Amino acid sequence: MLLAPVVWVLTVVICYFFVVKTWWFPPPINQHGLAYDEQFMRTLIITGIIFFVAQFALGYAIFKFRDDGRRASYYHGNDKLETLWTSATALLFLGLVLMGSKIWANVHFDEAPPDSIPIEVLGKQFAWSFRYPGPDGKFGRTDLKLVNDSAGNPFGLDDKDPAAKDDLVSASLKIPVGKPIKLIMHSRDVIHNFFVRELRMKQDIVPGMEIPLHFQADKIGVYEVPCSELCGLGHFQMRTTMTVLSEADFEKWKQQQQALK
Amino acid sequence: MSAPVAHTAHAPEGFIRKYVFSLDHKVIGIQYYFLGLFSVFIGMSLSLLMRFHMVNPEAKVAWFAKLWPTGAAGGMMTPELYLSLMTMHGTIMVFFVLTTVPQSGFGNYFLPIQIGAEDMAFPVLNMMSFWTTFIALVVMVSAFFVQGGAPLSGWTAYPPLSGAGRVTGPGEGLGQTLWIVSIAIFCGASLMGAINFIATTVDLRCKGMRLMRMPLTCWTWLVTAILGLLGFAVLLAAGVLLILDREAGTSFFLPSGMMISDHILTNHKGGSPLLWQHLFWFFGHPEVYIAILPGMGVTSHVLSTFSRKPIFGYKAMVYAILSIGFLGFLVWGHHMFMSGMNPYSALAFSVLTMCIGVPSAIKTFNWIGTLWGGKIHFDTAMMFALGFVSLFVTGGISGIFLGQPALDLYFHDTYFVVGHFHMIMGVAAIFGMFAGTFYWFPKMFGKMMNEPLGKLHFYCTFIGVYAIFTPMHYLGIAGNPRRYSDFSNVEYLSPLMPVHHFMTYAAYFTAAAQILFVVNLFWSMAKGPKAPMNPWNSTSLEWSIPSPPPFDNFAGVHPVVNHGPYEFSVPGAPRDYIMQNDPLTAPAVTETDAS
Repeated sequence: MLLAPVVWVLTVVICYFFVVKTWWFPPPINQHGLAYDEQFMRTLIITGIIFFVAQFALGYAIFKFRDDGRRASYYHGNDKLETLWTSATALLFLGLVLMGSKIWANVHFDEAPPDSIPIEVLGKQFAWSFRYPGPDGKFGRTDLKLVNDSAGNPFGLDDKDPAAKDDLVSASLKIPVGKPIKLIMHSRDVIHNFFVRELRMKQDIVPGMEIPLHFQADKIGVYEVPCSELCGLGHFQMRTTMTVLSEADFEKWKQQQQALK
Repeated sequence: MSAPVAHTAHAPEGFIRKYVFSLDHKVIGIQYYFLGLFSVFIGMSLSLLMRFHMVNPEAKVAWFAKLWPTGAAGGMMTPELYLSLMTMHGTIMVFFVLTTVPQSGFGNYFLPIQIGAEDMAFPVLNMMSFWTTFIALVVMVSAFFVQGGAPLSGWTAYPPLSGAGRVTGPGEGLGQTLWIVSIAIFCGASLMGAINFIATTVDLRCKGMRLMRMPLTCWTWLVTAILGLLGFAVLLAAGVLLILDREAGTSFFLPSGMMISDHILTNHKGGSPLLWQHLFWFFGHPEVYIAILPGMGVTSHVLSTFSRKPIFGYKAMVYAILSIGFLGFLVWGHHMFMSGMNPYSALAFSVLTMCIGVPSAIKTFNWIGTLWGGKIHFDTAMMFALGFVSLFVTGGISGIFLGQPALDLYFHDTYFVVGHFHMIMGVAAIFGMFAGTFYWFPKMFGKMMNEPLGKLHFYCTFIGVYAIFTPMHYLGIAGNPRRYSDFSNVEYLSPLMPVHHFMTYAAYFTAAAQILFVVNLFWSMAKGPKAPMNPWNSTSLEWSIPSPPPFDNFAGVHPVVNHGPYEFSVPGAPRDYIMQNDPLTAPAVTETDAS
């Protein structure tokens, strides 16, 4: 009996925090993020209604049908109702998936635009490295045997290759605003995961695989990149940032890096 | 359908044959139950240590240093110790609690009785499966005490972290090997159990116990056994391959070109880390249903009994259980949306995942339909069954977010996932176990449990688990990654710390409330009032025999079943329930078609 109000209060409290959004997404910084938030809200409203109605019905049944001396009704079900709610849920659930599939397709089925800026991402226990092709626009040769983290060569760039000599390596990601970016992701040891909340995107980085991810960021700022796949004892420390710069600042940054080499 | 005589009707006399290496399914069921109870307290203690560490990462506690001289040298828990607690918490809870108690514990005890059999089909296999499980638990726990400590790769043990050996971290040496060996042994035990359950259900039903007259508990035990047979076989194979990668230099899961902490691995070539994930989740997803299906069965059974009303849509429930079992094998890819597998397959897996939501929704509707128009008795067993429905709805709903690859782009590996699976696979399943305990305790131990204490325990636990696991969803929305031992390195996590503190206090509270249960359990076993044969006026066969049942269950009489399992409040019947083996006297009130 007391259970009915307990269920109701819990339901209201849970819904309250979803409505007031005390703990919430940061604002998105790309078109994909806007579409993502729409799909999230759509799902939240539909599931929120189901949640609220189901919990309230449960509480109501507990309250209303407590033993008050009546005899319970005797029936074994209702095929019509059964068919009705089965098809209703099937339609709702499948409808949601289909509505969201375009968002997934934009991220994973579409190729990166041809003018995308390629950046290679390297994950290793427990740090990130990013490589930009130099002025020649080409990623140079690398060799595991040349890897030397302390000397600033996590990729193992081979200096004998002129295409490698001008490659830039950075411990944080810098990108220009409003330009398509294509990440080419590698891991050297275990599985890591590249995640930027504001992009609403996440991708595992798997050793032995080359996984692409393309996006565009439309807002200048600094965004955190926490590793999001368990990678060992320093997993919680494997963090870097993604800085979105104006195009001019991005070029300037590249020149500075080039000069520092 | 006749029951072959598996053993004589006389119980063995010696203590060892009677209570240790017993062939009696009832003793084995209780052994499994206590193995699970022991494990759940280990698992819960680990989670309390984790919750403590997450909010006090730099605290120095003297007895930590005593327990873990290297992992917590000076009393401060290291990140690797945190991760090994996490790995062992997940593993112990999933395998030795959620898989063990609802199926092997209650199932062993009550499947034979509910279908009118004297024992399981293969009593020796049954004993072996328990003792094999016991060995698996010993091997698992021993991983804490070897050099490097317990593994830190999580209960999912993704290679290369779990496959490349000591170089990937402390605990990835002998600790990880013991983990895999233990899981392989556990798989063997589960396979033996699964075969036994299937054979028993197919072969040993008494006269009149047609499939569509079985209590829903028996249906869930049967389907769970089928899931176990197919799932654990694959996990066993995967475990063997992982051991070979680690110890024999094969490359099933390890690719070439790996370099771990400045050390180039030259002996591996051509393996795929994703292969492990496919094999693991091919088992891992059905495992979720292995954990929850028996809880659904108990909940259905208890809801009908304490509402004094037939289950709403018995046939629909059976079909829902069967389709959950079938679809359960087609959705493993939804754990891998972010893994780098072909993105086109994500859409297929997501459609199938939404399909499996449908039978789950049917069950929820039918549970509420069962209550509707009933005459509800609020005994503690019923409270937990009602709590199960509430938690099942809450935990199931968040699956609609995670089942969409588009939304998983953000939620994967955040606390949203942790909240989701703890709600549904963790606490909902545990509420099923509590419901089963309060419902069947009188039969198992011949004593009644204390109701007021039971209700107090229920309310504390119900509110407590909501307080622990609901905030995880908000944390997930704020982007809080899981499996972090310390949140101070990511700036956006610091405003979330008050939520973590709240969850930690809620966990302390909920854990403390479990003392009420333990006291109730053991006190009632010793001092509880004597239980009558059928304290809840239930219909299934276990309530037609004394509490506790005699050694051969039905004292040599073969029961004959004449009625469906949920004949409550039948108009014109003398009592408000007709037991399954009641004689067919008044034709008007007998076999009512379940449709």
